[in-house]
Amino acid sequence: MIDWGFIFNQSLTQAIDFNAIAFVLAAMGINVHFGYAGLLNFGQIGFVAMGAYGFGLTFTLLGSNSVLLAVAVGIGFSVIFALLLGIPTLRLRADYLAIVTIAAAEIVRLVARSTPLRDITGGAEGLNQFIGPFRDLNPFNAGSVYGFGPWSYRGSQLFVIIIGWILVALVVLLIRQLMNSPWGRVVKAIREDEDAARALGKNAYWYKLQALILGGVLGGLAGMILAAGNAAIQPDFFSAPQTFLFWLVLILGGVGKVWSPVVGAVLYWVIITFIRNLGRQLVSAGYVPTTVIDTSQIDQIQFWIVGLALALLMVFRPQGIFGSKEEMALDAR
Amino acid sequence: MLDDATTTDQPLSRLPWEPGVSKPDPILVVDGMRRAFGGLVAVDVDHLEVQRGVITALIGPNGAGKTTFFNLLTGFDSPDRGHVVFDGDTIDKANPHNLAQRGMVRTFQLTKALTKLPVIENMKLGAKNQAGERFFKALFTPLWGKQESEIEQRADELLTRFKMDHMRDEYAGTLSGGQRKLLEMARSLMAEPRLVMLDEPMAGVNPALTQSLLEHVKNLREAGITVMFVEHDMDVVRDISDWVVVMAEGRIIAEGPPESIGQNKAVIDAYLGVHHDAALDLEEEEARLAEAQRSEEEE
Repeated sequence: MIDWGFIFNQSLTQAIDFNAIAFVLAAMGINVHFGYAGLLNFGQIGFVAMGAYGFGLTFTLLGSNSVLLAVAVGIGFSVIFALLLGIPTLRLRADYLAIVTIAAAEIVRLVARSTPLRDITGGAEGLNQFIGPFRDLNPFNAGSVYGFGPWSYRGSQLFVIIIGWILVALVVLLIRQLMNSPWGRVVKAIREDEDAARALGKNAYWYKLQALILGGVLGGLAGMILAAGNAAIQPDFFSAPQTFLFWLVLILGGVGKVWSPVVGAVLYWVIITFIRNLGRQLVSAGYVPTTVIDTSQIDQIQFWIVGLALALLMVFRPQGIFGSKEEMALDAR
Repeated sequence: MLDDATTTDQPLSRLPWEPGVSKPDPILVVDGMRRAFGGLVAVDVDHLEVQRGVITALIGPNGAGKTTFFNLLTGFDSPDRGHVVFDGDTIDKANPHNLAQRGMVRTFQLTKALTKLPVIENMKLGAKNQAGERFFKALFTPLWGKQESEIEQRADELLTRFKMDHMRDEYAGTLSGGQRKLLEMARSLMAEPRLVMLDEPMAGVNPALTQSLLEHVKNLREAGITVMFVEHDMDVVRDISDWVVVMAEGRIIAEGPPESIGQNKAVIDAYLGVHHDAALDLEEEEARLAEAQRSEEEE
């Protein structure tokens, strides 16, 4: 028998769990980069990794107990990464940044997991002994389960989730304020035509660098949420394909709209959890014979289906959920 | 009888019609500017002065280097060598945004309307020294809200003047080619320029809009703004310009008031070729005939 209640429960739980929050923040970063400033960043996971390692290393390497300091270091790491990527490439055409970001993100992962750095970054095992100071701040009982309706989380998770959604709310307000300000106007103008903005006295390079830093810091925050939620930092999580899941979330919601990463990420986690759990139950309940597919293969199938859904979205609603068809039509002119 | 054109002409009317002539009150002075792309010398200008407060046309055959020269002057390209003085300040190697902030604003041959921004946002972008364009000030609306509404008011006035107020909230991408030219010109005025550089302002504009565009260019002069523009249409050049600079093969080959240009031998040669009006002599004619016959026989 298929336990529909369990499947829906799981889907709703995942919808607002810390993974979804991290996806929201990372996709919001890409939205700042691509949706508003027109910067092609295919290495957002690199920023996520920088944020996570900055956060974790503050405890393990510096031996600090200050969560605030760890957050500041995480942000600092993302800013430095943005400067490293942006300073050489932002004077060039947009495609150069795209190439550099995807390579740089892989460099971050490979350096972090490298054996010579084992004593610092933990090598391939990553970091997992850093969460103490953060847990100490938790007002909830880490071991007990808190629940509301279909949602139930352990106290340790709940703390991250509450902080995460507050953070998301603040970031939404921040982005909305910025993009409705003259600063946002300049950034959008640069997306449309950099030379026009320069001819009107705007320093395009400087604005692009600012946008790259802002979006990168949002990626870094996503990394810290993941580190805090998992209580561990795994270098191989930060692999290149992750970036494209963030892109998927953004495109699903609609590029260049403030709310689209939020809705896109929640929807993504609902869909993916639903498909996975339904698939597993179909197999284990015998509706699908194990000669066709077994439970361990379901995890691959879920991405096929997501890919198919994305392709269909591109065909039937290319602007995403929130995007405006009118704006899309202007591109074709 | 003195009409507007002759009064503004006057400071230039006594000047000799020769390349590089010095003007009584130049706003822009170019010296020894050279730009080569590999072996091709695109621009090689010894000396040029642009008079303040008048309309200067820059003409020349295709490939004369007019647009390259424009790009060099506005900082979109950097010369191999050369000096530019804009209103008393040396501006060698200045960035485009820097020049725009100093009051030299350009438009483009292919219009650069910001398609996914509404017309009014396009206009507001042009305004200089906006507090809200700084990241941290942008976060607090009270720090820029007042300036923003002043800018919006000025933008609306300009849109009304350019008869574009009915499209205020449309996306710029929905405008026609001519309307985009108008928008670009109006937007450049938002930056309160002292010198406006128009790269082919009439290209691709339908005849009905041409007149209105010309009027706007003339109005710039009335407002005390210096205008320099690149143009191919000689009727337009004769109609609105006070002074014409002719380029060919990267050099300035002639300068003078518009009526002088049609008679200038160097200009005619540049446009039509050096021997276009000389009759062939008998020997040459026979040689050509013989060649024509030979090639016929070969077939």
